[in-house]
Amino acid sequence: MLEMIPVIIFTAMLSQNFILVQFLGICPFLGVSKNTDSAFGMGMAVTVVMVITTLITYPIYNYILVPLGFEYMEIIVFIFVIASLVQIIEIILKKTSKSLYEAMGIYLPLITTNCAVLGVAELVLTSNLVHNLLDACVYGLFGGLGFTLAIVLMSGMREKLDSARVPKPLEGFPITMILACFMAMAFGMF
Amino acid sequence: MKAKDIALDGLFRQNPTLKLVLGTCPTLALTTAAMNGVGMGLAVTFVLIFSNAIISLLRNVIPSKVRIPAYILIIATFVTITRMVLNKFLPSISASLGTYLPLIVVNCIIIGRAEAFASKNPVLSSALDGLFMGLGFMFALTLMGIFREILGSGSVFGVKLWDFSIGFFVQPAGALFTYAIFIAVYSLVYSAFLRAANERKNKDGLAVKGARGNA
Repeated sequence: MLEMIPVIIFTAMLSQNFILVQFLGICPFLGVSKNTDSAFGMGMAVTVVMVITTLITYPIYNYILVPLGFEYMEIIVFIFVIASLVQIIEIILKKTSKSLYEAMGIYLPLITTNCAVLGVAELVLTSNLVHNLLDACVYGLFGGLGFTLAIVLMSGMREKLDSARVPKPLEGFPITMILACFMAMAFGMF
Repeated sequence: MKAKDIALDGLFRQNPTLKLVLGTCPTLALTTAAMNGVGMGLAVTFVLIFSNAIISLLRNVIPSKVRIPAYILIIATFVTITRMVLNKFLPSISASLGTYLPLIVVNCIIIGRAEAFASKNPVLSSALDGLFMGLGFMFALTLMGIFREILGSGSVFGVKLWDFSIGFFVQPAGALFTYAIFIAVYSLVYSAFLRAANERKNKDGLAVKGARGNA
């Protein structure tokens, strides 16, 4: 069912954008969007982890947990996979690429508790668009790219916000959320 | 720490949703209806009480290097229990919470409280902290749910009030807007409260000085 791939790409990246429509991964969206470079680094790190996570959790669920009747263990197994995966990626990056580690390393520990990663592992199990492993990986990849798109756009706007005058009670989180509100309206058009 | 302080911190002074801005994902996604807020709040409260209590019991046993994976494993166990119970006895709530039910595992409030409170305090106050942080979360979610449900679909807890409705408030953009307004109002109320408390303290201080002067 290769013709489903464009539909999955469009859904995962835009119409069901992880941050602005499904509200998964709001914490890094608000926390790491102060400048464009770090937002891009965070987005890329999340994308990589999301793809590898779906690549591992989808087969584990369908070929190990379901035949054994252990579906109820899904949350514990998934979080365990994600936590160890993040740790492994961190070690590999540290050993092989110094510059990549410096760019992404600080965001990796935060990713374990990122809703978007556990969210994509759960979503590909219930989504009616996903029928096999390829679909699941495409969903993970473009979900991650959608995440990157939203967080980079946001950081661009926040850099401009620094020079704007904001009413006192709205300083900090509220004004950021109002900005995100306008972005969500734009994404709601898809 | 006194029970009264813990209760006030959870419900108002350190409210996890409005002051600490933790656990934002379920707050934004599930407040389309007031009932969702109550359901999510209860589920999180249950997990928080037990995860806080267990982590506090094990606080001297868990090595600090592997504490985060250990906390997550404990939390995941209680989330699994919650999910099984809800699936069995309250399938309608379980269905409306959807993917956000398993995502309680990565809710920052729970790991945040484990790290900031349960790992340093005795069992009873940790369980109390879990209870009141959970209630504070539920309180904020329910208020936001009521606000969005009245404006967005003209009903409260599923009871139809009138036909007038503004679709914006049940859409994702409305969630962010509502949350922004709630935090802004909270910070206004909180700063007014702080100022009042300060004035009272100053007055008391002057009165005490005056009394000493007279004596």
